[in-house]
Amino acid sequence: MSYHYVLPEISESGKIGCSLPALDVPPTELPPKQLLRQELELPEVSEVELMRYFTALSKLNYGVDTGFYPLGSCTMKYNPKWHEDIARLAGFASIHPLQPEESVQGALQLMFELEEYLTEITGTHATSLVPIAGAHGEFTGLLLVKAYHQDRGDKARKKILLTDSSHGTNPASAVMCGFEIGVVASDGEGNVDMKDLESAMNEEVAALTLTMPTTLGLFDPKILEIGQLVHERGGLLGADGANLNALLGQVKFGELGYDYVQLNLHKTFSTPHGGGGPGSGPVCVKENLADFLPSPLVTKNKGMYKFVSPTKSIGRVANFWGNFGVMCKAYAYIRSLGAEGLKEVSENAVLNANYLKEKLKPYYYLSYDRICMHEVVFSGRRQKAKGVHTVDIAKRLLDYGLHPPTVYFPLVVDEALMIEPTETESKQTLDAFVEAMKEIARDVEENPEVLHTAPHSTPVRRLDDVRAARNPDLRWHMRS
Amino acid sequence: MTSIMPSSYLPNTDADRRAMMREIGVGLIEELFQDIPEKLRHAQFKLPSPLSELELRKELSQLASRNISLDNYACFLGGGSYRHFIPSTVEHVISRSEFYTAYTPYQAEVSQGTLQGAYEYQSLVCQLAGMEVSNAGMYDGSTAAAEAAIMACMITKRGKVAVATTVNPIYRGVISTYVEGRNLSVETVESNSSLSSDCACLVAQQPNFFGHLEEMEAHAQKAHDIGALFIAIVDPISLGMFKPPGHYGADIAVADGQALGNPTSFGGPGLGVFTCRQEYLRQMPGRIVGKTVDVEGKPGYVMTLVTREQYIRRERATSNICTSEALMALAAAVYLATLGKRGLRQVAELCYHKAHYATEKIAELKRYSLVFPEPFFKEFAIRCPVAPSQINHALLKEGIVGGLDISHIIDNTILLCVTEMNTKHEIDKLAEILGAL
Repeated sequence: MSYHYVLPEISESGKIGCSLPALDVPPTELPPKQLLRQELELPEVSEVELMRYFTALSKLNYGVDTGFYPLGSCTMKYNPKWHEDIARLAGFASIHPLQPEESVQGALQLMFELEEYLTEITGTHATSLVPIAGAHGEFTGLLLVKAYHQDRGDKARKKILLTDSSHGTNPASAVMCGFEIGVVASDGEGNVDMKDLESAMNEEVAALTLTMPTTLGLFDPKILEIGQLVHERGGLLGADGANLNALLGQVKFGELGYDYVQLNLHKTFSTPHGGGGPGSGPVCVKENLADFLPSPLVTKNKGMYKFVSPTKSIGRVANFWGNFGVMCKAYAYIRSLGAEGLKEVSENAVLNANYLKEKLKPYYYLSYDRICMHEVVFSGRRQKAKGVHTVDIAKRLLDYGLHPPTVYFPLVVDEALMIEPTETESKQTLDAFVEAMKEIARDVEENPEVLHTAPHSTPVRRLDDVRAARNPDLRWHMRS
Repeated sequence: MTSIMPSSYLPNTDADRRAMMREIGVGLIEELFQDIPEKLRHAQFKLPSPLSELELRKELSQLASRNISLDNYACFLGGGSYRHFIPSTVEHVISRSEFYTAYTPYQAEVSQGTLQGAYEYQSLVCQLAGMEVSNAGMYDGSTAAAEAAIMACMITKRGKVAVATTVNPIYRGVISTYVEGRNLSVETVESNSSLSSDCACLVAQQPNFFGHLEEMEAHAQKAHDIGALFIAIVDPISLGMFKPPGHYGADIAVADGQALGNPTSFGGPGLGVFTCRQEYLRQMPGRIVGKTVDVEGKPGYVMTLVTREQYIRRERATSNICTSEALMALAAAVYLATLGKRGLRQVAELCYHKAHYATEKIAELKRYSLVFPEPFFKEFAIRCPVAPSQINHALLKEGIVGGLDISHIIDNTILLCVTEMNTKHEIDKLAEILGAL
């Protein structure tokens, strides 16, 4: 079935995709005409045509259920099906956020316990489930940093330090919180350059935000010294928790010296990514930041659960209490695995990544040849010397029915290929990926053209990004 | 490593793991964690013991049943989250795992479903709002409003945001958090007061928090007179019959998109609708999908204007937003396409007539009165002879989730919401119980 049409092209006057009830009360007079709209030009489509259209679209997509999805830093693990069913139970999906607390005790209990679990997993003091996504959690964390220093009367701390390998959201979030940015370099081993940190860490710095393991997939062995230095100079240490999957059940962020960590339930805790959300980005904090958390938290008093606002709260960061539906799935995940299971998650995630590292090392340049954590970063520099770029390798993988790794990130690695297999992939799947990557490396030598022109077997081939940006076509219009 | 059974969470067998460890050259899995300082490893985690799917389904079903589900109760509660009919098409489309297990569509060649769905969403909400361009969705209505206010500051190079007093107080709170976070300021303004000339924008809500329909043309004029932008927060369902923001001078129009095909789900996941005039396109936050062609000239879709975004522009990005609510935006697209022009108008009119029927029934009781005059859409504030908390308690006992107690804003007042989900019988019963109090 062709999908090269959009809804107005299958629209016909008089069609509708569902039935609605007749009015069962006496109609009232309509409001003054100047308040009303003249026309409402929406497509009119029958249910069968609508379902065929969207089903056809779905078939153009690649998801975790389609195949291997080794996107570095994105933790595209399998999403157990029964978690989806839990979030759709009427008692969870069909409740209103402003219902009386006594009528939503089950939901509040789930949130209270999830707050407790995440606090325990991160070795912190309190957790806010309100942030909607990872970047929203980062933003919230940095507002806590700002409130903390203001509360101490320290007005000079206007800068956030971050590393040259950090996610783009890190600097963007800091600017949204009114901070300036300072960048700390990585050393030759992929760790924080201590000399650079030493000179950058002054009385203007509010916090250092440091992803751990770093976006190079490496654990920085000097983490305790880093925390000590930052704290001695009056700053705070915050984590972008995108890479928690490597550390689940192994260590606690609080014990690594972090003051706060922002999590991604849609990465580490196996809730599906939805093609770009919904996510959930809880923030877990030590005692020094707990009073500033956004409103509300859930507490338990005499067997009753209720919402409370922390005493010096930064206020509201979202409409309601966070993405509750996502929390249900993360809760199911934690309860399925327990402490032992979570530890096995990180063990298998790290094992899978190191296995890929060893198997691919002969064919692709490994920027940092040491034991990696949950992901491994290769550089396409050998292939680049032959005129083939990382983007070509990525596009060629699509022809094998595989999703490519994250490419051109982190920025500190030339032609980066960042591979995160996750623990939900079997050795069989990893071996198939290795074979594809080996064949591609051979094609770089023998048949580079097949890479330059890839992909060949996808619903569309390489798309013209420049044209899209120069002449934006961002919507259809209804034919009249 | 302890011996574990392969599961949906961990498919490798022990034999697989041993073979992989041999390949890596380690004898013990612990060796892979050698970079972590020894004294920090082996942390103890106090978590409940793991349970099977069967056991947990039972336990979680019981937990869910401790909540009063609106499937079993009548509901007159709104205040920013709304219960509307969701056609089955919506859930069936978004439950296709090709959609819900996909990542953000960076690899466009294998993400055309997500991308074309987003293009449909952008088109549909532009049609609905009468606006020129839309992004692919934000977190929720409140953060969309907050980011709109910041965008207005960037466009006008002014540092003050004016927000009408009649805007939902939660939205006002979120706007303050965002705007003040960026070291800019917020001023709350009465409807009839003038704006100071240093304001970047005026933010108003239609219908307002109390359900009353505001004079949006006048607001727009007031903002434009001082060179400020006018930001409208709208109820997307109301646009089935009421004039859309693009027709009364809104420069940016935002909405909470939950009502468009998403369940209330205790407040999330929801959706932030974000639309604006074409000339501000390059200052917009969030993902934007555009149509283009591939190397063979075949039409296709990509994420575009990415130089606005954090992963390209880092600290100079228009926003930090990354993962958002793509699946909920797809739900909204399916919802709007399912109802179409006739269906959405019908839903809006059902809300309107039923809400007015409810106010007539309540007005007959004499001791209750409408706080604001007409016109209104589906929500209205009622002044009560008894405390609203007492009313809600009594209603709950009779199988009805009552309204929002707004006594902290207006004495003894309850905010009620009536949608197409409420039957005449439910409305009559509501009036009957109120009358008996």
